[in-house]
Amino acid sequence: MTRKPDIKAGRLPAGVYVGNFADIQPPLDRAAALVEASRCYFCHDAPCIQACPTGIDIPGFIRGIATGNLRGAAMKILAENIFGGACARVCPTEVLCEGVCVRQAQEGRPVPIGRLQRHATDFLQAAGSQPFTRAADSGRRVAVVGAGPAGLACAHRLAVLGHRVTVYEARRRPGGLNEYGIAAYKVPDDFAQREIDFITAVGGIDLRCGKALGGDFDLAELRGKFDAVFLAMGQAGVRALEVEGGELDGVEDAIEFIARLRQADDPATLPVGRRVVVVGGGNTAIDIAVQCKRLGAEEVTIAYRRGPEQMGATRHEQEFAQINGVRIRHWLRPLRFAGDNGAVASAQFEYTHMGDDGRLVGSGETTEIPCDMAFRAVGQAVQSAPLREGGGEAPTMSAGRIQVDGDGLTSLPDVWAGGDCVAGEDLTVQAVQDGKLAATAIDRHLRG
Amino acid sequence: MADLRCEIAGIKSPNPFWLASAPPTDKAYNVERAFRAGWGGAVWKTLGEDPPIVNTASRYGAMSYNGQRVVGFNNIELITDRPLDVNLREIKQVKRDWPDRALVVSLMVPCEEDSWRRILRSVEDTGADGVELNFGCPHGMSERGMGSAVGQVPDYVEMVTRWAKSHSRMPVFVKLTPNVTNILAPARAARAGGADAVSLINTVTSIMSVDLDSMAPTPTVDGKGSHGGYCGPAVKPIALHLVAQIARDPDCRGMAISGIGGIETWRDAAEFIALGADAIQVCTGAMHYGFKIVDDMIGGLNNWLDGKGHGGLGDFHGAALTNLVDWQDLNINYELVARIDQASCIKCGLCHIACEDTAHQAIAVSGPGPDRRFEVVDEDCVGCNLCQHVCPVEGCIGMQAVDNGKPYMNWTQDPRNPMRAAE
Repeated sequence: MTRKPDIKAGRLPAGVYVGNFADIQPPLDRAAALVEASRCYFCHDAPCIQACPTGIDIPGFIRGIATGNLRGAAMKILAENIFGGACARVCPTEVLCEGVCVRQAQEGRPVPIGRLQRHATDFLQAAGSQPFTRAADSGRRVAVVGAGPAGLACAHRLAVLGHRVTVYEARRRPGGLNEYGIAAYKVPDDFAQREIDFITAVGGIDLRCGKALGGDFDLAELRGKFDAVFLAMGQAGVRALEVEGGELDGVEDAIEFIARLRQADDPATLPVGRRVVVVGGGNTAIDIAVQCKRLGAEEVTIAYRRGPEQMGATRHEQEFAQINGVRIRHWLRPLRFAGDNGAVASAQFEYTHMGDDGRLVGSGETTEIPCDMAFRAVGQAVQSAPLREGGGEAPTMSAGRIQVDGDGLTSLPDVWAGGDCVAGEDLTVQAVQDGKLAATAIDRHLRG
Repeated sequence: MADLRCEIAGIKSPNPFWLASAPPTDKAYNVERAFRAGWGGAVWKTLGEDPPIVNTASRYGAMSYNGQRVVGFNNIELITDRPLDVNLREIKQVKRDWPDRALVVSLMVPCEEDSWRRILRSVEDTGADGVELNFGCPHGMSERGMGSAVGQVPDYVEMVTRWAKSHSRMPVFVKLTPNVTNILAPARAARAGGADAVSLINTVTSIMSVDLDSMAPTPTVDGKGSHGGYCGPAVKPIALHLVAQIARDPDCRGMAISGIGGIETWRDAAEFIALGADAIQVCTGAMHYGFKIVDDMIGGLNNWLDGKGHGGLGDFHGAALTNLVDWQDLNINYELVARIDQASCIKCGLCHIACEDTAHQAIAVSGPGPDRRFEVVDEDCVGCNLCQHVCPVEGCIGMQAVDNGKPYMNWTQDPRNPMRAAE
């Protein structure tokens, strides 16, 4: 039987898209923020602070909200996390600050720290003034590779400390995953761009987009021209899914599609399949699945090779997908994508279970999920080749990531690295912390 | 079901919950709504001599705490602003239509015997159950020589009370101001003048807040503010103390007490009665939530009485007074130590930091992050129970009596007391 793949744009009535890609969690108004802020116990040595990778003084900023000191609240946040606005929207707070909130232990409902953080940071952004000032010019220059959260957090801190920073970004626009990789309804409108404008407005940051490491310049060149280098180029490589049929039309990498969606002026123009299969179990799998659903796909199935406990996506994210009508099927290992006339028609899987030794075991039984589009969302990888371009010394890699010490220093004495290109949690908030710590270390090095 | 019937100064009501003289009792319309809702009595908003006074806009200020509205309340309103004869006519009609409810009329006229004689006579004609002499209001009227200006001078209190008793057959309540150094002076003066009851507390002199934009105190009237009278839940502890002082005073014995001050629940009311109040009056609670709150006050008091096996209010009236003593009579040898229930502890650390920063460094913290533990250092704990109050988990921190084998000994008997009477 030959069947034409059903992929088309504009599946939904025109007016529906706006709502589907609007803020999934609208901001707290002042009254609601006061009620929620009053639930904070102002814990001593609060567990939420310890759970925050950037160590924001959470009870401190919540008190500012409660007392009407919103500017002070916002500054407490931004002092530790210059991407406090983005993190308020995209942090998996349920496994970080809110997960350890003592209210969670007491009554199963934490203080909504993320939403309160947004309340404070939105206030400052709306106020329109620049609260940071730069120290006197140090005369030192630092290059940053990658204008994502790690790179810009590092650049901002360095600029505040008086250094001049040049940030090279391979893409057309800065922001990294905040701009290209996060589901549209988490950072709607041009929030990511406005946040970056706020960050770079401190001065001393020269942002050069469309300049890629390895192509437009190499590491040796940077080391020659600058006093220090911070590598924050993320994971530009897509991890391969070694199964047949990857070349069929309709089989795509999830992050490419998400980037297209984020950059599209009108989501209605984006073609999407009637039936979509997503292979993977992380937040990217959730983001692509839910966005396909919101683009009008009729059936969206996430197939993951292990169980719900092993999924990279948090429980909260899994539930979010489910309430959006996405079906999550566990214990299915992809075997091949099968097609008709060069276009994907189904994804085929083998049932799996956990073996006694903790390794995944295929059962030999198979199943098939018909689809018009299939997305690979099995993770990304650091591209190390651009680091070696030009033949200069490259930093040592370890387990596919750039190896660093506690300050982010690589094997090269004047090169630091952070964010998704080093080991650790691949979270915006962790990237910001990496950038911040590296900036502090670089500052010490430059003044040392 | 327990019997909530109440009698104070010879006036009977189906329950002890009366509305205090205030905006909720300014008109027949309001008072009848209150009686329909179940209130046992009302003290009509203070009548004065014609021409009626004039009020300002705005009149009220309120304190919110952590999102809780009207924890404290304040007003700069004066006595009734309606003509005397309108009020008298309505009082007469309400009393006729609601014979089982207590209806007392609050009065405030200049300190002249003729003024009091005239107004008492007109009130008597209404059939009202009694009068309450407003010697309490601390704003507006006091600057005109009335209200708390009278209540702060015991001689005036006694004099006017005596006039009221001699020019009327009605029971006389004297409403006292808390804005005095010693409440017993005006209370004893009221007793000497022949008062049947005292009502307390009236409002506490206050400035509610300052508007930092207009730099004016609130409530604000065209950019200016004036001090007002403070009431609501926040004043209850002050009221309880003053009521108890009068209830304990031998010189005031025989004079009934109508307890007022921040009463919003049956529990508040029961506490006043336990400290010697014969009935209670409510204003702020009704102004915040409407008259319907009396429903739970009646139901809750009933259920509590039933649960305790009490038949009526008399069974616990004044029962807490025997346990109210002077500081020097407390047992110095009694020891307590805090106990933290680890199972219900949520690890917020508030007990630790309160004790560490501001008390006795007797709560130690051990272990990292969410697994940390807070434990009392018994030898450093003085049993002050600060930790128990700051702990957000009800029942998590308890105070345990230490069996130290020591007998009762108060400060007057304590060898460490340099003023101790020679044995």
